[in-house]
Amino acid sequence: MKIHEYQAKQLLREFGLPVPDGTVAETADAAKAAARSLGGTRWVVKAQVHAGGRGKAGGIRLVDSHDEVREVAERLLGTRLVTSQTGPEGKAVKHVYIEQACDVARECYLALLVDRSVGRVAFMASKAGGTDIEDAAARAPDKIVRATIDPVKGLEVAQAARLAADLGLDGALEADAVELLTGLYAAFTGTDASLIEINPLAVTTDGALRALDVKMSLDDNALFRHPELEALRDEDEVDPSELEAKRFELNYVRLDGNIGVMVNGAGLALATVDILKQHGGAPADFMDVRPVATRDQIATGFEMLLTNPKVKAILVNIYGGGILRCDTVAEGVAAACRDIGLGVPLVVRAAGTNMEMCRKILVGQGIAVTFAEDMAEAAAEAVAAVKREAA
Amino acid sequence: MAVLIDAETKVICQGLTGAQATYHMERAIAYGTDVVGGVVPGKGGRKHLGLPVFDTVAEAVKATGANASAVFVPPPTAADAMVEAIEAGVPLVVCVTERVPVLDMVRVKRTLEGTATRLIGPNSQGIITPGVCKIGVMPAHHDRPGRIGIASRSASLASEVVEQTTAVRLGQSTSIGIGGDPVYGMGFIDCLELFFADPDTAGVILVGEIGGTAEEEAAEFLKAEKPRKPVVAYIAGIYAPAERRMGHAGTVDVRGRGGAAEKMAALEAAGVRIAPSAAEVGATMRQALVH
Repeated sequence: MKIHEYQAKQLLREFGLPVPDGTVAETADAAKAAARSLGGTRWVVKAQVHAGGRGKAGGIRLVDSHDEVREVAERLLGTRLVTSQTGPEGKAVKHVYIEQACDVARECYLALLVDRSVGRVAFMASKAGGTDIEDAAARAPDKIVRATIDPVKGLEVAQAARLAADLGLDGALEADAVELLTGLYAAFTGTDASLIEINPLAVTTDGALRALDVKMSLDDNALFRHPELEALRDEDEVDPSELEAKRFELNYVRLDGNIGVMVNGAGLALATVDILKQHGGAPADFMDVRPVATRDQIATGFEMLLTNPKVKAILVNIYGGGILRCDTVAEGVAAACRDIGLGVPLVVRAAGTNMEMCRKILVGQGIAVTFAEDMAEAAAEAVAAVKREAA
Repeated sequence: MAVLIDAETKVICQGLTGAQATYHMERAIAYGTDVVGGVVPGKGGRKHLGLPVFDTVAEAVKATGANASAVFVPPPTAADAMVEAIEAGVPLVVCVTERVPVLDMVRVKRTLEGTATRLIGPNSQGIITPGVCKIGVMPAHHDRPGRIGIASRSASLASEVVEQTTAVRLGQSTSIGIGGDPVYGMGFIDCLELFFADPDTAGVILVGEIGGTAEEEAAEFLKAEKPRKPVVAYIAGIYAPAERRMGHAGTVDVRGRGGAAEKMAALEAAGVRIAPSAAEVGATMRQALVH
């Protein structure tokens, strides 16, 4: 689960990390009031969306009067911010975050994540932070320092000191840096985070460390032990149909093609999208039915395909496994067809547990369906059906 | 012959009395798996599916001589269950639980270090040696005793590949679901080592997908190993929608690895044959064995 910058900073503040004072605002007036109560003479107004690249897209502005804070907030709120990470449709700005600006002497890069190849939490850090970190890392991968953490020992002081030195945060800054790294690791494990990225981690001209921007994601699978963090979820950040699907045990991602796809299992769903493309087709979605899905949940998923105006044909590819059976899928599909009608060609490939029953149910309900023996045939049929519809 | 499980495998099930466990262990027993008991804290002394239930793994192992455990424990306590089995010295632990918190798996993985236990999963469909033993949630329709070893991150694609290897009359020595989670037990390299050492495995199929760098690491291993058995791989997700990124860490972390095309290129450079689609994995192995 991704969270907003202002939420991440609030969490990090609770873990004692040096985060600039700031206030979130939903209106331009509130933004101005926030600047006034924060005090100072310069402020940063930051659009709150779940994406990076905000600075280059005009979503982060440095201003030096209360009225300017108001103006910038007014301009950002209610618009859609398009950055290199949002896609062309951009993301709606509902909140702005107002912070006191500080004078930056130097910027570092610091991230904490789970290093899959070793199965441990790891720091990734670089002396040179800022928005060009990806290019910098590609040009000089050795400039990126890694440190993996033994979960039994935690982050040891010596290890933290070494990392601080790698970041050039030695001498007078070392003690603060060690405290920051220790606090960050505590925040990561304490919230079951999957990513915390501080970029930049600034050294101010008066010699203090400041986490100027923070990106943070939490492990969805661990939210059961952090009910208070569940409140940080911003459902407006997720495509509404994807959100709807999630309530019905479906993993759904909307694509821009015209063949509706329903598959059980993420791997098989990826493979189905691939084989459709290889046959010249264009999938309208990626839909993975979880093994625990019920008949009604499958019906809801199938209705999502039927009601998508772009969909010109539907391909259902089910490998009935130990839990999800083909007949359950067939009943769900049949129920959706009964309720709102099947207006497009339907190709079904069913294999595995109760595949015969699946055929019987669909045929028995009088549904116009083409059965395919394997994935390749199913893909070819679906692509041919779209062509016939278009002709 | 096979790897990891055979006719000598005696299985206990942690969480035996749960609905999913009951359903799948009944099927495992019907398949011929030697299931010898269950472990459910607080329910020791009872019987379930005609099997003795114990409070702890250690007691179960002592009483039954079990050498494998199937973990069907819900996410909040799945890690504790795996740790208990590892600490009790069970040689093979298979965890099918989905949605285990990743930091819990970091702890489990640390516990595994220096032990002789092999962990499969979590979020694994399990492991099957056709006709002999099955531990997990996979369907048992199309598996046939044979010569191909399979290691798959995806459960649904493993079923697909099992069916195809049967259709081309090769069958399977053992099929292992390594699971789709970020942090997990046995990986592709562990499976390759076992299959290369198994005299009855003639070829190995790896089923990978986008994300992580397990396939790239397997490629590096194969490059050094120069195996005499053919290895075929299928990687799902060539046309997958790009994951919505936030920040730079993901990109910096994988540095030009992790995509399907990059995985295929790395494996191909290591002498692996790449199946052009998920429908052609069995056929690709058939060819690889002939040539």
